[in-house]
Amino acid sequence: MTDAIVVEGVRKRYGDKDALDGLDLRVGRGTVHAVLGPNGAGKTTLVRVLSTLLRPGAGRAEVAGHDVVTRAREVRRRIGLLGQHAALDEELGGRQNLEMFGRLYHLGARHARVRADELLERFGLADTGRKAVKRYSGGMRRRLDLAASLITEPEVIFLDEPTTGLDPRGRAEVWKAVRSLVGGGTTVLLTTQYLEEADQLAHRISVVDRGRVVADGTADELKALTGGDRIDVVLRDGGQLGAAVALLPLAQAEISVDVDRRLLSAPAADRVKTLAGVVRALEDAGVEAEDVALRRPTLDEVFLHLTTGDDPVDPVDPVKEAV
Amino acid sequence: MSTYALSDSWTMTRRELAHWARQPAQVLVGLVFPVMLLLMFGYLIGGGRGVQGDYVDFLVPGMFALTMVFGLEGTMLAVTQDLNKGVIDRFRSMPMADGAVLVGRSAADMLQSAVGLAVLMGTGYALGWRVHGTFGAFMGAVGLLLLLRFAMLWIGILLAMVAGKPEMVQAVQILIWPVGFLSNALATPESMPGWLGTAVEWNPLSQTATAVRDLFGAPGAEAGHVWAAVVWPLALLAVFFPLAVRRFGALDE
Repeated sequence: MTDAIVVEGVRKRYGDKDALDGLDLRVGRGTVHAVLGPNGAGKTTLVRVLSTLLRPGAGRAEVAGHDVVTRAREVRRRIGLLGQHAALDEELGGRQNLEMFGRLYHLGARHARVRADELLERFGLADTGRKAVKRYSGGMRRRLDLAASLITEPEVIFLDEPTTGLDPRGRAEVWKAVRSLVGGGTTVLLTTQYLEEADQLAHRISVVDRGRVVADGTADELKALTGGDRIDVVLRDGGQLGAAVALLPLAQAEISVDVDRRLLSAPAADRVKTLAGVVRALEDAGVEAEDVALRRPTLDEVFLHLTTGDDPVDPVDPVKEAV
Repeated sequence: MSTYALSDSWTMTRRELAHWARQPAQVLVGLVFPVMLLLMFGYLIGGGRGVQGDYVDFLVPGMFALTMVFGLEGTMLAVTQDLNKGVIDRFRSMPMADGAVLVGRSAADMLQSAVGLAVLMGTGYALGWRVHGTFGAFMGAVGLLLLLRFAMLWIGILLAMVAGKPEMVQAVQILIWPVGFLSNALATPESMPGWLGTAVEWNPLSQTATAVRDLFGAPGAEAGHVWAAVVWPLALLAVFFPLAVRRFGALDE
């Protein structure tokens, strides 16, 4: 079985800026793949290329086994798209929207009607089917948008920052819907700026920055990239931070200090042994700690580690420069 | 063209009709506005500079033609609003027929213009405007008016895509008024300074207005402009229709 999404060296240029700079990606069938990156990383451009809305400048992309440029119509039959902004007719009611899209997917008038009712029921919108979409709450709108993306039970569905701008409840609603999709064997490509979202929903994550994939793997694999567990020490007296740094049995250079939170953080290569050493050193020196804890690195740390180059303004390839 | 071109276009037309059903007030305003203009020019400003015979026979057909041209604004506003809405992305990511979005728009606008024209004719009748020609000529006049509207429609679609933002529609609205009034819809070119009169005579709107006055059998109407009222809109269509369709397809560059 081939992959549901294959992207090879796709480029897209806007003016003198590369939105996509030779991006490669493979997404296995029936999996949820998160594309994670900061604003302007090229996430939306990627989704627009894959959903046949934008012609790639160079490279090749296949969705559900069909080329997005030469066989766009075949791709369109097999995909669903949930963009950043609701792709709905705001003036019409929820049911009218779904029926219209069903007809445009050529389900036939009767089937389109039945399908609209099914989806309204499934997404808890049956009572509000007549109300104009512009009177919907953000969460309801997103659910209807998602329902519209699922009219033909697509093989592949694209979710472009599906929870941006939603309150926590709306976000939970969307997450629930995405999880239910996975059960049905749909391939999901999800873009997000929220690490938690990628962590919660995706099987694999591609971290994208400046139009390229800078890291790729499961959430655990990515966390391992920044090097194992860390130890956090919160002191009672922030004035002792400097002294504590000097006396702790940790690699000095790798200790990060957060003065506001009276926090020291450092890699804990030997885990419990490191923890014990730190507690003992603090006791011996009479420095009072409020909290000492071992933890896995957060995806935030991974994300920052991967997406902030040393020179974010003008990245220079050291190899090229040496030549 | 796919085998679904017709049904998809019909679905898109139904969408516009559903909008009307949802917002009858907006439709009503669209119908009332030309009626107001007609009443204003008929009663308030009236007089008809340089017009021979009854001004109402001159003014009412002129207002028909003017209304067809002003229809451009409505089309443009609707298309810009649509293009700035997310829904257009859904349409374009669906396996629907290529031109269906635009065909739906034009079908709905033509329908609205036909209704608007009927309302305006009723108002004209109440003001004392009468058709003196044959039924065939009357239908020919209606056809010419709608042809002008159809040409304006595709100009509106193209301008909407070029302008891109609803705010730009205002700029075009301001520009369309002089184009509308630089015509013989309300006054004869003979009553204007020479250079202005020449511009007015060349205005396609003037050609249609003169032709329909003739076809409605208005006393003192100038004959022989029907061909120009056919050729002008067709020429505009030959330019703007392909440009608009191409531009719509090229949104994804």
